[in-house]
Amino acid sequence: MLKIHNLNTHYGNIHALKGIDLAVNQGEIVSLIGSNGAGKSTTLLTIAGLLKPTAGSITFKGREISNQPPHEIVKMGISLSPEGREVFPGLSVSENLTLGAFIMKDKAKIKTAFERVYELFPRLKERRNQVAGTLSGGEQQMLAIARALMAEPQLLMLDEPSLGLAPNIVAMIFELIQSINQQGTTIMLIEQNANMAMNVSHRTYVLETGKISLQGDSKELIKNQEVKRAYLGVV
Amino acid sequence: MIVQQIFNGLALGMSYALIAVGYSLVFGILRLINFSHGSVYAFGAHMVLMFVSMNLGLIPAIFLSILLTGLLGMLIDKTALQPLRKKKSIPIAGLITTIGISYIIQNMLMILFGSERKPFPALFDKGMINILSVQISSTQVFMMVVSILLLAIMTFVINKTKIGLAMRALSQNVKAAHLMGINVNFVVIFTFFLGGASAAIAGTLISGYYQIVYPTMGFVAGLKAFSAAVLGGIGVLHGAVIGGLIVGVSESLAAAFLGGTYRDAVSFIVLIIVLVLKPDGLFGKKGIMKV
Repeated sequence: MLKIHNLNTHYGNIHALKGIDLAVNQGEIVSLIGSNGAGKSTTLLTIAGLLKPTAGSITFKGREISNQPPHEIVKMGISLSPEGREVFPGLSVSENLTLGAFIMKDKAKIKTAFERVYELFPRLKERRNQVAGTLSGGEQQMLAIARALMAEPQLLMLDEPSLGLAPNIVAMIFELIQSINQQGTTIMLIEQNANMAMNVSHRTYVLETGKISLQGDSKELIKNQEVKRAYLGVV
Repeated sequence: MIVQQIFNGLALGMSYALIAVGYSLVFGILRLINFSHGSVYAFGAHMVLMFVSMNLGLIPAIFLSILLTGLLGMLIDKTALQPLRKKKSIPIAGLITTIGISYIIQNMLMILFGSERKPFPALFDKGMINILSVQISSTQVFMMVVSILLLAIMTFVINKTKIGLAMRALSQNVKAAHLMGINVNFVVIFTFFLGGASAAIAGTLISGYYQIVYPTMGFVAGLKAFSAAVLGGIGVLHGAVIGGLIVGVSESLAAAFLGGTYRDAVSFIVLIIVLVLKPDGLFGKKGIMKV
């Protein structure tokens, strides 16, 4: 579905991605783990079109997308729930969700999308008229994911969905990620919480200073000594 | 007398509000003070004059001017500001650019129309209306009605339409707006069109009121409208309206009781007092600069 070849991205003078190759297949959950500054978010922002690669290619369903502006990439079926939630703080929950469906023209489809996310996140339905900036951190994270789902993406990219959340909410978010995937959405997941990420994902890539250092089935990789030591905190 | 002056001020203030809204809209989504707006307003007034002199009739001349001035707003963004955003230039670069554009437009008007003061046709002049010893000119009533109508339309566009929702989204979080699939450059250029079009209407109304136009007319009017926008809380639409009314009323009261010489100074004294008491403006949101 998504193929990335020799991707290079610069942040000003910093060479953030140094030739990344990765692929995401239809129906998968793929996780991307690595320490701070390894280039995880940069990878997702480059796919979303917010950062322009300096070399390499990104193809989505056979089409080159690296030269497209962000709004065209959303239309092709890729949505990103960004790190730090980035909700519209002064707008209501339902306005935030309406913006998530900005690219959809069919009113009936938008209604269906609303029903779907309200079913997945009943809390958001309760708070639909509340201003997003007054939601708790967990609720804002739910809103960020729900908003990305409103465009009915084929590929949903989640950047640090568990960051700063209480453990019970983290567990709930990961359950939701799995059920979204079971409903047919392919997911690419970035996580600091490598253990959780590898438990829910089919395959994992390990990113180290702008390069893929390891990759494989999550079930296999979770047993890898190097991964255990570096990312799972097991000695 | 006082009621009379307050009414004069309200009529003038409504048109200041129309100019102020242009500053506020652009500031709201780009955090940029568009100093070319005053000249765009002067451009709008001159275009009406030009089309009128071509014997097109006043109403078609006004509509053509609104369209053309809206297009000028779009052109400013497309040619000068969009390239700066693309290169992620420092905010001050945009500010300097708009000051430069302001002078380019002003000089262009001087070349095309001459720098002298030119008579402008009176708008909707049906004489005076006398209500309880307050003399109200029909032109003033017309100014107020048109301004209120336009501000209502603009409020509707911003709060109830899809493009308006995109504008509000953009004003809060540009990155997230991109991620929603919003064509950010389109929304910005649309905002510049709205700003230009409303400036043309304000230019027409104010010129029709004073019955005079000249290329540098946008300087003081622009500064006053800008201070009205800041006074009300820049980036907040109804703030710009209230700010415009306060500036208009204080100006006409000053003109009546202190003499015309102090007219311009008084509106700025009011601005300074308001900012000292309420640094974000009357309806300003705390920390709006950081969004």
